[in-house]
Amino acid sequence: MKRWLTTGLTLAAIAAVCVTVVAATHHLTAGRIAENRLAFLESRLAPALGTVDYDTRPAADAITLMPPHGLPGNEPATIYRVYRDRQPAAALFAVSARNGYAGPIRVLVGIDAAGAITGVRILEHEETPGLGDGIEASRGDWVEQFPGRSLGDPPVESWSVRADGGRFDQLTGATITPRAVVGAIRDTLVYFEANKDTVFSRPGSSE
Amino acid sequence: MTTDSPTLTATFRRGLWQDNPGLVQLLGLCPLLAVTTSLANGLGLGLATLAVLTASNLLVSLSRRFLSREIRVPVYVLIIASLVTSVELLIEAYLPALDRSLGIFIPLIVTNCAIVARAEVFASRNPVLPSIFDGIGMGTGFACLLAAIGAFRELIGAGSVLTGIGMLGGQEAQGGFAIIDGGWLLAVLPPGAFFSLALAVAAKNAVDNRQRRPVTGGMTRLRSAAAGSAQRGRESQ
Repeated sequence: MKRWLTTGLTLAAIAAVCVTVVAATHHLTAGRIAENRLAFLESRLAPALGTVDYDTRPAADAITLMPPHGLPGNEPATIYRVYRDRQPAAALFAVSARNGYAGPIRVLVGIDAAGAITGVRILEHEETPGLGDGIEASRGDWVEQFPGRSLGDPPVESWSVRADGGRFDQLTGATITPRAVVGAIRDTLVYFEANKDTVFSRPGSSE
Repeated sequence: MTTDSPTLTATFRRGLWQDNPGLVQLLGLCPLLAVTTSLANGLGLGLATLAVLTASNLLVSLSRRFLSREIRVPVYVLIIASLVTSVELLIEAYLPALDRSLGIFIPLIVTNCAIVARAEVFASRNPVLPSIFDGIGMGTGFACLLAAIGAFRELIGAGSVLTGIGMLGGQEAQGGFAIIDGGWLLAVLPPGAFFSLALAVAAKNAVDNRQRRPVTGGMTRLRSAAAGSAQRGRESQ
């Protein structure tokens, strides 16, 4: 056989074996990976629901809004909704705070049907380790000052950090990061007040 | 090449110490510097690299007789890319917390030049058994270095040990002990990675020099020993 043909066929055979191995691994792991992702999503969502009583799965009823959507950030925003006896219980808003110290901060804001915050969690951020990362629930109780608050408590003009004359604590050595997060929470509450009717009634899609 | 056990042990030890990919050959520095913020992260990526390196050495050595010069490098690329993709899928399926913690650096094992270097320099010229030992030796050397630098930076930078070690067992990132509250932040920031690697290379050279010259020498001696060590480092590549 000609040499170029042997060489080509060898390469093709090895490529076929490699593709088979990757396809087989994918086939074996695809189910588990999808399960892991869903479980991880729910484990991230649940803490922001605080003490809300609900009987649906948070990841099961979500709507994704493309910008411009009126919520903080210019990435797509996702709203997860939970219900109790088919009545709206709370909505979780995954939004972005744009004016942090380094890149967008993904914030999850939980708001119950009455408009009070159920919990706040930081999903992703690039803030400075040791300073801005105090917003993470695992590194401090900074996010614990929000549950129970709403747009009237404190009034909207006081929804900012103390350095700006507001009611909320900043972090030692970091003001920009908390300022951005508090601003995003306030804007989410404003959006919720304005769109109360449609937040729960828009048809959702399960993830 | 003979395949008796002293040679195999020597092959293994060369990867672990004399020709350590990170300390001597200075290969694979991108993951080494990027993920070593904790022992769990460093060890996780080190073990994944060890698995890929050993399997790629095995496969390259097995196929070395069928490969003509023209397709050798494309075949290495195919083999390494398939192995890394499979390892990545397995980690995401069975160690999800580790996958989230290491993120892009698992697929980026494919670009670790230590792997293609061992395929080209060793596995394509040696029988299967020595190639496997070379892969295990080099992989273990790299994993130990990643784990050591990770532990060092974690201790200095965060004041804790074994944080998130649970993710190597398929659990969430849990476990670990805080020794002091907080730490010297610089150690976990990027400059700390360079300082830690420099200290590790210096420590290795110091140990080598001491072994070679039991009597402590003057500055001149130390300098010539360091130069000799650097010289050998270059030759070994």
